[in-house]
Amino acid sequence: MIMLEKRAQPSRVWTLAAPIFAVLLTMICGGLLFAALGKDPFETIRTIFFDPLFSEFAWFYRPQLLIKGAPLVLIAIGLSFGFRAGIWNIGAEGQYIVGAICGAAVGLAFYPTESIFIFPMMIAAGVLGGTLWALIPGILKVKFDTNEILVSLMLVYVAEQLLASMALGALRNPDGMGFPGSRNLAKYDSATSWISENAGMHWGVVVALIAVIFAYVTLSRHLFGFNVRLAGQSPRAARFAGVNPSTLILICMGISGGLAGAAGLFEVAGPAGQISIDFNVGYGFTAIIVAFLGRLHPIGILLAAGLMALTYIGGEIAQSNLGLPGAAIQLMQGMLLFFLLMVDVLSNYRVTFRRARVI
Amino acid sequence: MDWTAINPILLLASLMVAATPIILASVGELIVERAGVLNLGVEGMMITGAVCGFIVAVNTGSPVLGFIGAAIGGAILSLLFGFLTQFLLSNQVATGLALTLFGLGLSALMGQSYIGIKAPDFPDWHIPLLGDIPVIGPIVFQHDPMVYVGLAIVIAVWSFLKYSRAGLILRAVGENHEAAHALGYHVIRVRMLAIMFGGACAGLGGAYLSLVRVPQWTEGMTAGAGWIALAIVVFASWKPLRLLLGAYLFGGVTVLQLNLQAAGMAIPVEYLSMSPYLATIAVLVIMRAGRAPGSLGQSFHASR
Repeated sequence: MIMLEKRAQPSRVWTLAAPIFAVLLTMICGGLLFAALGKDPFETIRTIFFDPLFSEFAWFYRPQLLIKGAPLVLIAIGLSFGFRAGIWNIGAEGQYIVGAICGAAVGLAFYPTESIFIFPMMIAAGVLGGTLWALIPGILKVKFDTNEILVSLMLVYVAEQLLASMALGALRNPDGMGFPGSRNLAKYDSATSWISENAGMHWGVVVALIAVIFAYVTLSRHLFGFNVRLAGQSPRAARFAGVNPSTLILICMGISGGLAGAAGLFEVAGPAGQISIDFNVGYGFTAIIVAFLGRLHPIGILLAAGLMALTYIGGEIAQSNLGLPGAAIQLMQGMLLFFLLMVDVLSNYRVTFRRARVI
Repeated sequence: MDWTAINPILLLASLMVAATPIILASVGELIVERAGVLNLGVEGMMITGAVCGFIVAVNTGSPVLGFIGAAIGGAILSLLFGFLTQFLLSNQVATGLALTLFGLGLSALMGQSYIGIKAPDFPDWHIPLLGDIPVIGPIVFQHDPMVYVGLAIVIAVWSFLKYSRAGLILRAVGENHEAAHALGYHVIRVRMLAIMFGGACAGLGGAYLSLVRVPQWTEGMTAGAGWIALAIVVFASWKPLRLLLGAYLFGGVTVLQLNLQAAGMAIPVEYLSMSPYLATIAVLVIMRAGRAPGSLGQSFHASR
């Protein structure tokens, strides 16, 4: 009979091997799924995971990797602080939207003035918007002990409605002949986040890399990072060590909201270009998968975001070249998280085989 | 705006319909949580139920078979959650989220050739005598059968928890799994059954949306109903009868905002559409939740 025996400490080997194992399992099961959909599994897997990097058109896809990866890194880094401390902000999608709205509103307010101060002000507004939106569930949790998971998620739906009303109302392009959507910020020199559109470089990529370094230093070298890890592993010990749970909740929610807001602003001022009803494509939810796949570790998140960006781009190629339905990619991303959680049992438990006996 | 466009009797009658998917999904989750398991995948199970029910109903032409298919679909998906959390001891919050993301993708894939088709008719019952009572008749006794099935499940769950021995065991497992294990109850088995019941109920709730409420299949059509169901369980302090109150309150807000939209109120449509979600947050804040089951959200591993 197969038995699980708890390890005294999580296995280091399995903690690192589990994500790789999960990706391989996802490729196998994904292949079966594609075969069931009547596609050649090997060709599809190759298209999704290898073509964006190594095919003859890779020069076109590689910059896309930065564009899709940057928001995932930014949001996932923010989430990882809270997830480590047992604070579950799953409304990053809403914070991303509100950050984009606030930042874009500042930029649009200055149109058509040109000044180097406009873009920094937009970033500040985006971060502030995301932070405040995330602090709503944070403050409600601290003051009224409400569940932050449910409140942050409800606020995603509220933010989506707010976005619709902004795209159709307050932020609508006055020269847009009545079409929904704002002015194109990517074509407004003082407000665009692009550094080089051809290389896929925008300020979000730069800030994402800074965030990775910053998070790495904070988590491994700073007292705050230690407190976060302590609160996650043993809330009681953390309280004795003088960690104030309320402060921790507010800081973790604030960080994740601020980074999600920044991600939203960089997206709307660059790749997306304008506030439209559906400029958000679910990065806030995919980032949850990225955070777990990256083991809540900054470097891991960077790699995981690269992989997820790959599946986005590869998925688009497979959609246009092989006629693979878009939902299949979404399903595969969900599958990946499942396999990861499944394989994780090996890092916390040792599998032993022995005969069942009555004690 | 035109207040006369709002008919109070019709409003209350549609309130019962609007509350039904939430009642179905949340009563299932209530049993799951009373057994000590936190399944955040209600949204994923609901939308999978919605698409399974729709596919079965369209192909067989029978909404009843559709509902059965939805319950089976939801239960199968919940088994995945049960296997991971109960046997592989994964984190319940993360696994529930994974279930939702997975369910959204799965349903979109399954339903892609069913977009734009109308569901087969599911006629309302006109209950004789009771349905003829003025005012109360049209509000309470002239609905489709699932409205009453939902109410019956709530009553059944209430009496199961309060009066049956199995209900007592389920509560014991949820309150203190170590103690229940020591008494010789099969913690994992009880929890797996509870999880499957929750999945089946969520599936029914989803199918109610795709077969009766809308009645069509569109991607992401549950639009947070599963999360609202989770909130209603907290609001109800894990008590079945208070669940009805929460669901009707939510149904009331939904129906009222739809009516205000139709009556042409001076508030933009988007802000009215926000109101059910804002109301859910307000309810979570105002209502001090009662005590949660003692072992809620913890993995059980009989180590020796």
